[in-house]
Amino acid sequence: MMIKETLDIERIRKEFPILHQQVNGKPLVYFDNAASSQKPYQVIDALSHYYNHYNANIHRGAHHLANIATEAFENTRTKVQTFINAKHRHEIIFTGGTTDAVNLVVQTWGRKNLGAGDEILLSMMEHHSNIVPWQLIAEEKGAIIKVLPITQAGEWDTSQIDSLLSERTKLVAVNHVSNSLGTINPIKMLIDKAHAIGSKVLIDGAQAVPHMQVDVQQLDCDFYCFSAHKMYGPTGTGILYGKEDILNEMPPWRGGGEMIKTVSFSKTTYNELPYKFEAGTPNIADVIAFGAAIDFMNELGWSTLHEQEMTLLKYATEQLQQLDNITIYGTAAQKTGVISFGIKNIHPYDLGTLLDKQGVAVRTGHHCTQPLWEFYEVVGSVRASFAVYNTTAEVDQFMAALRKSIELLG
Amino acid sequence: MTIEERQREIISEFNMFTDWMEKYEYIIELGKELPLIDEMHKTDDNLIRGCQSRVWLHAELQDGKITFTADSDAIITKGLVALVIRALNNQTPHDIAEADLYFVKEIGLNEHLSPTRSNGLASMIKQMKMYAFAYANR
Repeated sequence: MMIKETLDIERIRKEFPILHQQVNGKPLVYFDNAASSQKPYQVIDALSHYYNHYNANIHRGAHHLANIATEAFENTRTKVQTFINAKHRHEIIFTGGTTDAVNLVVQTWGRKNLGAGDEILLSMMEHHSNIVPWQLIAEEKGAIIKVLPITQAGEWDTSQIDSLLSERTKLVAVNHVSNSLGTINPIKMLIDKAHAIGSKVLIDGAQAVPHMQVDVQQLDCDFYCFSAHKMYGPTGTGILYGKEDILNEMPPWRGGGEMIKTVSFSKTTYNELPYKFEAGTPNIADVIAFGAAIDFMNELGWSTLHEQEMTLLKYATEQLQQLDNITIYGTAAQKTGVISFGIKNIHPYDLGTLLDKQGVAVRTGHHCTQPLWEFYEVVGSVRASFAVYNTTAEVDQFMAALRKSIELLG
Repeated sequence: MTIEERQREIISEFNMFTDWMEKYEYIIELGKELPLIDEMHKTDDNLIRGCQSRVWLHAELQDGKITFTADSDAIITKGLVALVIRALNNQTPHDIAEADLYFVKEIGLNEHLSPTRSNGLASMIKQMKMYAFAYANR
């Protein structure tokens, strides 16, 4: 097992130039992958190759470069379609990321379908990106936000679901995986229950897609949102998946070029899916490089990706549990490679600062999930989150740095 | 001592440290040792919210000089707060408003002042200056 890890992972690490550096005189240990993963050469090269060889605006140009760029851009759409098993490629809308995708649904589907007294069900462990956009529209329309509580283990309190869903529930918006805790939520069950009472379901998949195979047809969710930069791809691009019939009924959001069919001052008609929701020149370079990130993940395969993260999660959890005064937040049976923890009487910021001095990058604070930390009655946590290129040796360096930090602060 | 002299003193103290650990041990000590603020002043009105750590700041004008007291929920932030207060305490509003706190950079702690660190320290210094401006213009 250890030998296999060394051979395979060392080969994978070579693909990530950023990992091979010292921070504050120590080898970098990058355990902040849930915030953003690092990028392999494949992705970085796709970006520079685009700018060096075929930068051009897409879809409209009748020249050589525009044609190559358009093809590469649209190729990513097909790759994403296959990656999440969407029925149609026009169900894949390019957005600026998960937050942008949620806001698109809020401002189009939400604006059209939500009214006074309608209910939106969120969970206690949502990211602010899947809370605040709904609060904005709820306030405007007089809709009501309901919250699915969680248990101490950091799992949904599923016994509450039936009483929280009602005939007024128009939408359920929950994450697939919690960014703060790593909990993998039983979304299929909730999707089925929501559909049974006629509600639509939006899934924030930002923390799921990098770690597990997602099949939107099997899940039967109405919307699924995620970001490229958490799955070895570039920043600034992400996906809104929506079912064809729902997307077709949604009004456009941003107006501009690309999203129109014809424009006149008396009557403008809108383009078809997916272009109806892609106003203006899109993020061409990053979308193309996103395609390279999907290639990278496909080439590695889910078994490698999953196995390595689970090895790290198990090993790091065992190591952390040996510390005195530690609380691990989120002990769900099904988790991705995320460990959130706190040490009694030590502020997460202090730990994060001293870990950084020893080359270890973690996230500290509330991780944009303040209601969750209110539930746990703490200001936040230290979060270590793993990617396929991390090693158990790095966990050892992290643990040594953590012990040193606790000693200094103790 | 003037603000300038106090900054020089802090810099020479920090020059004795040979590595990051000694430096942070000292900051942590400062954070632990100083009883910085009266509980009655630890109110929401005096709270400066950083994204990560919180800082409470209280100011009082006595005999033409400002006394600051402060606290933080994070010990490193508290130590840094103690250093800033040491530099600015019991000085005139005018001198505080005009002060350039170059010592933070000189002792290699500039990273803690970056707005992206969100530890509340940069906001605290801004707030101290605002108190100074307000008192100076009374």
